[in-house]
Amino acid sequence: MARAITTKQKAINTAVIWTLGLVMFFPIFWLIILSFKTESDAIMAPMEVLMSGWTMESYDAVNRRSDYFKFFSNSVIIALGSTFLGLLIAVPAAWAMAFVPGKRTKDILLWMLSTKMLPPVGVLIPIYLLFRDTGLLDTRIGLVFVLMMINLPIIVWMLYTYFKEIPAEILEAARMDGASLGKEVLYVLTPMALPGIASTMLLNIILAWNEAFWTLNLTAAKAAPLTAFIASYSSPEGLFYAKLSAASVMAIAPILVMGWFSQKQLVRGLTFGAVK
Amino acid sequence: MGQIVLKQVSKSFGDTEVIPPLDLTIEEGEFVVFVGPSGCGKSTLLRLIAGLEDVTSGNIEIDGKSATALPPAKRGLAMVFQSYALYPHMSVRKNIAFPLKMAGLDKADQKRRIENAAHVLNLTDYLDRKPGQLSGGQRQRVAIGRAIVREPAAFLFDEPLSNLDAALRVGMRLEISELHKRLATTMVYVTHDQVEAMTMADKIVVLQAGVIEQVGSPLELYRSPRNRFVAGFIGSPKMNLIEGDKAAPHNAKTIGIRPEHITVSTESGDWAGTVGVSEHLGSDTFLRVTVDGIDEHITVRVSGEITLGYGDKVFLTPDISNLHRFDEQGLRIA
Amino acid sequence: MATQHSRASARLMISPSVLLLLGWMLIPLCMTVYFSFLRYDLLSPGTEAFTGWDNYYYFLTDPSFNDAITNTLSLLVGVLLVTIIGGIGFALLLNLPAWGQGIVRVLVIAPFFVMPTVSGLLWKNMFMNPVNGVFAHITLAFGGQPYDFLGQAPWESIILMVSWQWLPFATLILLTALQSLDQEQLEAAEMDGASWGSRFWHIVLPHISRAITVVILIQTIFLLSIFAEILVTTNGGPGTASTNLTYLIYVQSLLQYDVGVGSAGGVIAIILANIVAIFLMRMVGKNLDK
Repeated sequence: MARAITTKQKAINTAVIWTLGLVMFFPIFWLIILSFKTESDAIMAPMEVLMSGWTMESYDAVNRRSDYFKFFSNSVIIALGSTFLGLLIAVPAAWAMAFVPGKRTKDILLWMLSTKMLPPVGVLIPIYLLFRDTGLLDTRIGLVFVLMMINLPIIVWMLYTYFKEIPAEILEAARMDGASLGKEVLYVLTPMALPGIASTMLLNIILAWNEAFWTLNLTAAKAAPLTAFIASYSSPEGLFYAKLSAASVMAIAPILVMGWFSQKQLVRGLTFGAVK
Repeated sequence: MGQIVLKQVSKSFGDTEVIPPLDLTIEEGEFVVFVGPSGCGKSTLLRLIAGLEDVTSGNIEIDGKSATALPPAKRGLAMVFQSYALYPHMSVRKNIAFPLKMAGLDKADQKRRIENAAHVLNLTDYLDRKPGQLSGGQRQRVAIGRAIVREPAAFLFDEPLSNLDAALRVGMRLEISELHKRLATTMVYVTHDQVEAMTMADKIVVLQAGVIEQVGSPLELYRSPRNRFVAGFIGSPKMNLIEGDKAAPHNAKTIGIRPEHITVSTESGDWAGTVGVSEHLGSDTFLRVTVDGIDEHITVRVSGEITLGYGDKVFLTPDISNLHRFDEQGLRIA
Repeated sequence: MATQHSRASARLMISPSVLLLLGWMLIPLCMTVYFSFLRYDLLSPGTEAFTGWDNYYYFLTDPSFNDAITNTLSLLVGVLLVTIIGGIGFALLLNLPAWGQGIVRVLVIAPFFVMPTVSGLLWKNMFMNPVNGVFAHITLAFGGQPYDFLGQAPWESIILMVSWQWLPFATLILLTALQSLDQEQLEAAEMDGASWGSRFWHIVLPHISRAITVVILIQTIFLLSIFAEILVTTNGGPGTASTNLTYLIYVQSLLQYDVGVGSAGGVIAIILANIVAIFLMRMVGKNLDK
């Protein structure tokens, strides 16, 4: 199908896919628009909304909230914390499985995948009670741990696939060149695996940032991240569309940007490397 | 320095024995080639010597000391991999420096050795490039350079020319041979290409299914192959191996005669036949002849001047002094 | 490549992950099972008592259960159908030569990166609200009566929201798989006289079947546990019209404080997930050779 295509055909294709794209993107687009409107403007009919004046007042209102920064930083801490912790545990495991495969390696990997199939609601109660009794409820550290656990299979799998792409011969060469295990990892493996590790980090940050089961059930005032903050708009007082939009845009903007860069990683990570 | 002795070395992967116990001695300064078809265990054998695989049983001695339990780094050997295995994130200089860095050499020593190797291999202009910016042949040289600087007891080559195109292969072959003459270090070289084996080796080890079929100099293998397998493996084009009626008169199950040892005549000869496909290389012509009474086609080498073609009738006469005879087990009859 | 040293250290390096995951799975799981056999009310601690299969009976015969199960499965099937069929369509279209493909791709993928609470509130308020939502305004402009999406068709509305979020995922995966198809295969088929439909059915579809399988599997894992969207939009209502299994258990455990029944529900949810997984694995097992 890769032959000379008429300009007319290409134009039709372009029109079709742009329509698709704009339709899919419209809700987000609308969200952005509304975030720059006053509350009374935000509830008007679409054409009138577009005509009305722009303002930053909704963003100001949200930022002025004394707790907004807390929600935002909770999201950051939980996302980064669970990612780093997860990497710490997953990198050695993925290394071992990729370079010293045993008879049971594939089984262990598949088992890890299967733990992700456990519906979180099945362990909601025990985790909730355990956290309550150990004082981990509504703490960032508790959430970091939980989110690390639920994403650990993905992190391990992704790293495993990236490590497997490093030619074994290069590591053997390092060994023949006299590198001890530590030096091999430091001078050869890590530099070569760095892009893969970065990709894994990116994907995990996205997944942790957007997680909306544990972050809603295990937090209250102190450790609530943005997911919970936005959820509080489900029982609003007065007009709130514009403020909700501003808050939402600020909550999703970092991830939209990261998502743009991490499409390939998403495919690899969420299909456990099965699709290339 | 550089004598390697294998005593009753065997290797199994799980329950599969890929190399039954074998003995082999590689002398100091020799250029030894392991050759054989795919899966014959030649690479495995090399990796056992390198220490990248553990032996299942037996002993490896390097310069009289047991090396069987030593990790690769401590054996004093250097390896050139088929895919060159260069460190993609390091410059050529850093690649070559790496083993020296691992050995803890001081900067001055490192510099001296690197420049030396670069000079020998014509890499001086490329020292600051990364492997990704080099051609296949240049990468090959960097891999060799990385091995040279270690001043090892022996060099191990694992099919180093397989990834190069044909023209480059011929050139690199000569360069490696020249390197050997210059450094006088033991070289153990693995290849599936018997032309490489014949042209580069002091000693060839022919392997099949993990078993050493024969060890000898190229000419020994060419003139006195110990069995059918070696006879058919060494020499290009392959030796003609004939069974049945034509073999019986020579008191053998199989007789073998190389394409270059058969005379062709359009008038008379021992065997009558018809020419099939012929390959004209300019310097030589190889004829595929169907001989009456023989199932297999006979390949014959004639001078490039001859202009026989498809369907021509010819007579072939094998040179009896170069006729090889093999018995029921495929072993050579003296 | 593995020598004695390596094997032992390898085992050491894998153990933290394995042990943690094992603990993460087994400990809460056992506790859930244990609680499911107790009469356990969070409001009166210390009065737990063994109560046999009562909790299961209670959970399964509760009228909300039927709604929950139906909804759970209808969302699963509904979203899978929309995302797979839509995803294949989008992927094929995005694979055609056109201008600005890169940007369109970003536009199409974007919804997947929106957090579920934002997505839920966005649709509920800005679009589906019968007074101020975009849909209402458009309907009014054409002289119609605005439709109360979340009031009258709550579960369908939620299915719409979830489909919007997951269609990009399916599209991305299928597009990736599509782009790995060797053009030469298609060209050979064309030379053999195959029509577009034939080429699609016999070459394209088999090639992406593995990706489709993976999409179904991954999405199922997540779709069975949809929670946030329900929480911020309908709270499972009206009644239990938009409650799924996850939400039902949540309500019983954390809102009604009935740990016993909630745990029984949890066990049932796990069993359901396993059944679905086994069913899926068998149905598409041949495509999965990892």
